[in-house]
Amino acid sequence: MKEKGIKVIKEKCVGCGACIKACPFGAVTLESKIAVIDLDKCTLCGACKEACPFGAIVIYKPQGVKTDVSGYKNVWVFIEREEQKIASVSFELLGKARVLAGDLKSKVVAVFLGSDIKKDTQELIYKGADEVILVEKKELGHFIAENYANTIVRLIQKYKPEIVLAGATTTGRSLVSRIAVKIRTGLTADCTGLDIDKEKKLLIQTRPAFGGNIMAQIITPNYRPQMATVRHKVMKELPPDKNREGKVIEEVLDGKIIDDRIEFVKFIKEESYKVNLADADIIVSGGRGLGEPKNFSLIRELAAALDAAVGASRAAVDAGWIPYSHQVGQTGRTVAPKIYIACGISGQIQHLVGMQSSKIIVAINKDPDAPIFKIANYGIVGDLFKVIPLLVEKLKSK
Amino acid sequence: MNIVVCIKQVPETTEVKINPETNTLIREGVSSIINPFDMYAIEEAVRLKEKYSGKTTVITMGPPQADDALREALSLGIDEAIHLTDRAFAGSDTWATSLVLAKAIEKIKDVDMVLCGKQASDGDTAQVGPGIATHLGWPQATYVRKIDEVDFDNNSVVCERLLEEGYEVLKLSFPCLITVVKEINEPRMPSLRGKMRAKKQNIPAWGIKELGLKDEDAGLSGSPTQVVKIFSPPPRRMGMIIEGTPPEAVDKLFSELKKHLT
Repeated sequence: MKEKGIKVIKEKCVGCGACIKACPFGAVTLESKIAVIDLDKCTLCGACKEACPFGAIVIYKPQGVKTDVSGYKNVWVFIEREEQKIASVSFELLGKARVLAGDLKSKVVAVFLGSDIKKDTQELIYKGADEVILVEKKELGHFIAENYANTIVRLIQKYKPEIVLAGATTTGRSLVSRIAVKIRTGLTADCTGLDIDKEKKLLIQTRPAFGGNIMAQIITPNYRPQMATVRHKVMKELPPDKNREGKVIEEVLDGKIIDDRIEFVKFIKEESYKVNLADADIIVSGGRGLGEPKNFSLIRELAAALDAAVGASRAAVDAGWIPYSHQVGQTGRTVAPKIYIACGISGQIQHLVGMQSSKIIVAINKDPDAPIFKIANYGIVGDLFKVIPLLVEKLKSK
Repeated sequence: MNIVVCIKQVPETTEVKINPETNTLIREGVSSIINPFDMYAIEEAVRLKEKYSGKTTVITMGPPQADDALREALSLGIDEAIHLTDRAFAGSDTWATSLVLAKAIEKIKDVDMVLCGKQASDGDTAQVGPGIATHLGWPQATYVRKIDEVDFDNNSVVCERLLEEGYEVLKLSFPCLITVVKEINEPRMPSLRGKMRAKKQNIPAWGIKELGLKDEDAGLSGSPTQVVKIFSPPPRRMGMIIEGTPPEAVDKLFSELKKHLT
C-alpha cells in the first residue's frame, strides 16, 4: 500500500507531545514516547510539523504539475455591486490591491461587469484602480454566477492576471469558485491577511480555519492567477483621490457567455430593519436572556441609536423571536464588525466562532460566569432590561 | 428524481472547550459529526424523495472513520451511500475535493440534483459546492433557503437564495447543484428502523481508480493551493468588567465606546 507523505523521524522525536496538542484532527498519539500518526485521521495539514521543536516530522510534498507561471501580471479586483451601488468590500480590496501591486511593481485592475455602469468607473480609479476592464451587457445587469464566471474566465485567458481578489460575500464566493475550477488554479477563501513574498513573487494568503481557532498560510505556487476572497471590513478602503488618472478598457466579448439554464426571477429586499450583518460597522445582538420575543424591541432600539445591524444568537432564532437571516454563529453568519454588542448571550462556542474576530466586543449579561465575558473587551454584569434603556438614552442625548 | 447529497465529517465543536489560559480549543477526545449544514441537505433530499419519489444517495470523501457519517445519513432516510476513500485523496484542497466528488456523481449516473450544505464548519470555504457544479458543467444555486417547486414538464426547479440584504428567486434547469442554509428545513431524528437498516447496509468504497483518476489528480499533488504554515492566532485578551450600579456602568461603557465611535 502506498504511504502517505508524512513521517516521524524516530531518532529526533523526544516524545514531548507538542504535535499532539497542535493536531486539529486528533491524529497523533504517543507510543513508547514516540509520536505516532494515525494516517486515517491525518490530512497532511502540517500543524504538527510546524509545532515540533525538534524537526522530527517531515511531510513529503509531491511536486505537482508545473505550469508556466511567467507572463502573468497585475492585481485584479472583482467589483461587486449591491443593487445599484458598488459594494464597500470592493473598495477595500482596491486599497489592498494597491499595496500588493506596489510590491510587485504592477497595476491594479478593476473588473467591472453589469449594465449601464460606465458612470461608476471614475470612482474605482479615485479609489485605487489603474485600469478598469468594463463589460457592459444587458444580461449582466443582474448577478448570475455562471454568466459572470464565463465572462471573467474569458478575460483572465486574454489578460493573464497574476492575482485575482473578490469579496467573501454570497456573490464573491459563488462566483470565484467557478472561475478557479474552470481556469484550474488555486483559490483561498476568507483571507484575513494578504502579503507578497517579494523573493518568490508569491501571494501569501492567511486565513482562519475552525472558526478562527487556527490560522493557516496558503500559497498557490504552480498555477496562475492566485485567487483569494476577503471578508468585509478586513482591508482598508483608500480615501478618494480625485487627481488619480486611469484607463477604462471596454471589452465586447463575442460568443456565448450567457447560460440559459439559469433564470433570475426576482429579488426581495428584507425591509424590516437593517440586516446586512457582513457590511455593518456595529452589530447589536440579542439572545436567550431577552426572555420573550417582544423584548427584542430593546435590541432594535439600541441598534437604531447606534445605526447598527441587528444580530441574534441561535437560541433566539430557534425560539422564533427573529428570522434566521440575523443569526450569528456557526450555523448562521460569521461577522467581524468594529463593535459587537452581545446582550443576554451567554457565549456558547458556536456563537463565539461567528463573532470573535470583531474588533471590540461588549457583553451585557446577568451571569458573571457567562463565557462571553472571557472574550469581551468590556463587560457589564447586570440586568439588560436596566442597562440597555440607560445606554439608549445616553446615546440619544449625545 | 435522482438526488445525490455530498456530506463531510467534521470535528464536533460543541464538545470542544476553550483553554482559558491560551484561549484555544482543547481538542483531545473530540468526536466527529456530520457537518451541521449537511444535515439540512440530507433532510431536504429525503423530503424531495417523499414528495416526488426517486432515489437518494449520500457520498463523502474521507478516511475510513467517515463510514459513521454515511451510516447516520442512511438512518435519516437516505437510500444508498458510497464512500470515496483512498490515501491518494489525503491533503486535497477544494479544487481536488470537488473534482473527486464530481467524478463520483458522474459515475452514479443520471443524477438530477446534487445537494450540499452551504459550507463545512471546519474549513468554512463554501467553495466545494460551486466547484462540483463547475467540474460537472452544471448550473448552481448557493445559500438556498427554500426549494419552491419542481417542474418535471420543464425539467426545472425554482428556489430562493438567502443573500446579505434579502433573498433572490432563481429558476434552474436540471441537472443542477444546490447548497442549502439552515432555514430550509428542520431535520428529523433517525428512526429505529432507519438505524437498524443503516447498521446492516453495504456501503461500497470507491478509490481513485474506480473514479478513473490518476494519483496526481487528487490529494496534495492535485491541489493548486498548498498550506505552508499553521499557527494559533494571538489569543484574545480578557477585557475589563465594568463595575458599579447600572447608571454608573453605562456611563463608563459609554465613555469607552465613544473612543471607538467615529
